[in-house]
Amino acid sequence: MNQTPENTPESRLAAIRRRAEDQRRARMDTDAPKIHIGLATCGIASGALDTKQAFEQALAEQGIEALIHTVGCAGHCYAEPVVIIDHPQSGFPPIFYHQVTAGKAKMLVKLFLAGGDPRLEHVYGATVENDLIPSVMEFPRFNREKRVVMEKCGRVDPEDIDDYLAEGGYGALARALAMTPEEIVAAIEASGLRGRGGAGFPTGRKWRLAAAATAEGKVVICNADEGDPGAYMDRTLLESNPHQMLEGLAICARAVGARQAVVYVRAEYPLAVRIVTRAIAQAEALGLLGQGILGTDMNLDIEVFQGSGAFVCGEETALIRSIEGYRGMPVHRPPYPAQKGLHGRPTVINNVKTLASVPPIIEKGPDWYAAIGTEKSSGTAIFSVVGDVVHPGLVEIPMGVTLRELIFDICGGVPGRKGFKAVQIGGPSGGCLSEAFLDTPIDFDSLTEAGAMMGSGGMVVMSQDSCPVDVARFFLDFTQKESCGKCTFCRIGTWHLLEILERITVGEGREEDVELLQQLGEDIKDGSLCGLGKTAPNPVLTSLKYFADEYAAHIREKRCPGMMCRALTAYYIDLEKCARGCDACVGCCPTDAVFTTSTRKKGIDQALCVKCGECMVACPPEYDAVRKVSPASLAPIIERPVKPVAEAEASATPAKDAP
Amino acid sequence: MNPAESDTEAQLLKSLPEHLAPFGTERSNLIPILQMVQKHFSYLPAAAMEIVARHLDIPLAEVYGVATFYNQFRFTPPGRHPIKVCLGTACHVKGGDIILENFERKLGIRDGETTADREFSIERVACVGCCALAPVALVGETVHGNMAPSKIEGLFTRIQVEKEMAQRKKRENEPDA
Repeated sequence: MNQTPENTPESRLAAIRRRAEDQRRARMDTDAPKIHIGLATCGIASGALDTKQAFEQALAEQGIEALIHTVGCAGHCYAEPVVIIDHPQSGFPPIFYHQVTAGKAKMLVKLFLAGGDPRLEHVYGATVENDLIPSVMEFPRFNREKRVVMEKCGRVDPEDIDDYLAEGGYGALARALAMTPEEIVAAIEASGLRGRGGAGFPTGRKWRLAAAATAEGKVVICNADEGDPGAYMDRTLLESNPHQMLEGLAICARAVGARQAVVYVRAEYPLAVRIVTRAIAQAEALGLLGQGILGTDMNLDIEVFQGSGAFVCGEETALIRSIEGYRGMPVHRPPYPAQKGLHGRPTVINNVKTLASVPPIIEKGPDWYAAIGTEKSSGTAIFSVVGDVVHPGLVEIPMGVTLRELIFDICGGVPGRKGFKAVQIGGPSGGCLSEAFLDTPIDFDSLTEAGAMMGSGGMVVMSQDSCPVDVARFFLDFTQKESCGKCTFCRIGTWHLLEILERITVGEGREEDVELLQQLGEDIKDGSLCGLGKTAPNPVLTSLKYFADEYAAHIREKRCPGMMCRALTAYYIDLEKCARGCDACVGCCPTDAVFTTSTRKKGIDQALCVKCGECMVACPPEYDAVRKVSPASLAPIIERPVKPVAEAEASATPAKDAP
Repeated sequence: MNPAESDTEAQLLKSLPEHLAPFGTERSNLIPILQMVQKHFSYLPAAAMEIVARHLDIPLAEVYGVATFYNQFRFTPPGRHPIKVCLGTACHVKGGDIILENFERKLGIRDGETTADREFSIERVACVGCCALAPVALVGETVHGNMAPSKIEGLFTRIQVEKEMAQRKKRENEPDA
């Protein structure tokens, strides 16, 4: 193709970017205050839409001109709704406010935007270094992260391509168009990038396999079928910065020679579906995707396919079956999808995070990427750290950081005085690790060695008040329901694993159960075809290995050390502490299990109690009379009076309005 | 189901072939079609699946087999206030199953069911994506974080009050009725 300097992809992109920057400048380069509000699903769930409305209303009432800029999510779930206010006239740097409710929003408009007082008691930190307010970068939650994939999340408006372009977006695509496909594949190989979907297969090798395939009609697929019930980074990426993934998808298509691409997003993520669809249309309108990309002869049609919610569809062959319109059941590999995939054509399937890692690699070079992380696991990892931690949310760290640094330094450790007990990594395919593993570096191989796995990147931190046996049961309940039913070991084996675990958690465990779980778990791993079955026993096997004492307590003593298994615990009211005449626990009990004893104190009817713990919350701290014990037999039995005390009194003194 | 609802359903069924027209008859259209049907009816009625099977020229059993495989599809109509209780990992650790149980007890139905008056339905979902607010439940589209059994009482009271207010307003607007 004949390319003069005026119509190279780079010069075309430069022209598009100039226009985007002009438009952005026209909007953003004002002296007026700018209010950035995070509006991804998590922000909306915390009430960010109300916050936005409150800002708009208050601005109108006060007659202040300000720009409201909606952005995605920066991963700081503990702080949602997050608002950054940039008010240059006040003399203060841009300020990060956390948990901005509608009321706080109105207050900030009145006192900060109109009055110039940033209300330091509500400030989380400044977003840049300055002399007035400590910067958020002084907090480990911010400065210990290394953002490659999530770099632009929370900075760009996901619904406006100009934002992404002005931040340097699509530069990698322009560069890739000037490279040969072989050069791109070599760069990805040199970077050491491994698939972020869980198993960690080298991305470059996958691409090389597909590039070498000679069949026509190659397809590239972005796998955003996030099924782990505790991980949500793929959704956040799509909702906060869809273009980085699309750019990676286009580079992948260029490298393997595909003209068709599919973004497979869960239908349960309606916001992500809408934002990605819109992003594709915007990029096509500017000639960044679609026909004749950036003036070259490269064409790429991208369609969005809505996955219908089956965990097994995260497995690539199952995903392909589901796009073809069948039940998502995995098929035997080889042939690998890279040779024979969707409709029999060579297909490359990459996770959202993998694809979003590609543009920075092309832009900054494979050596830069390979230098991040460890030798065998280069780059960064994103974890959704939830459970008993002070600062839950999405964290992007370089590979090789230890679990201790991540949980205690970056995420603030376990709140309150409860100690750390375990961490569950990798969701239903991963494992439960004990304190002894806190110094394990986080990378593909170390985690696999410990029996867990990177998996989807879900990470649940558990305090002493949690039960590894119950968590294993929870994940088995999930995988058992999600097993597609193809392999006998997975279909029936997980069912039996679950049945045994259920038996243990209700106090009917048998001495031989531990051995049975171990044997069955290993058999399921051997007898299953796909990743789901091969990893489904991991939560059980790891907890058996590292928390054997917990299993023993459940089976022999009928005791749950974490007091999570409801059948093994009981609540009772300490009559020494209970205050006569106080009714706090009576009103909150959903099953009327709390009754008044003959001494006008309270007792709990164990037959009615559902162990929700509400009475414990309701009991005033000065009495602190509700106790939780395990095993349940430790609770003293207090008989309910035959006739309710109140009624007995009422019948003694006749009611006024009695007939 | 009251007569008015079955009427609208009959009408929707009548218009279904029209909505099917833009879809091709290849097998790969099956899931997008089922999603479209569910959007229309809020669930997959048996009659609609028969029409889909004819459109794609595949056995009804195939349509049913695919529909039941995926969690997204439901075969009973949802309530006017669909309740979704999150049972993701974080919510489980914080006692999401207690919340689910409370809803079930309060309404007298199990998860996946709808009350006889079609006001409420209960569904369990895996991760709504606001783990920091665990345990979480959704009523309609509204997310309620940090749920507790006593909050559930409050939710139902609120729905009841809102309903009564709407009715009163309606009565005020049409004084003759």
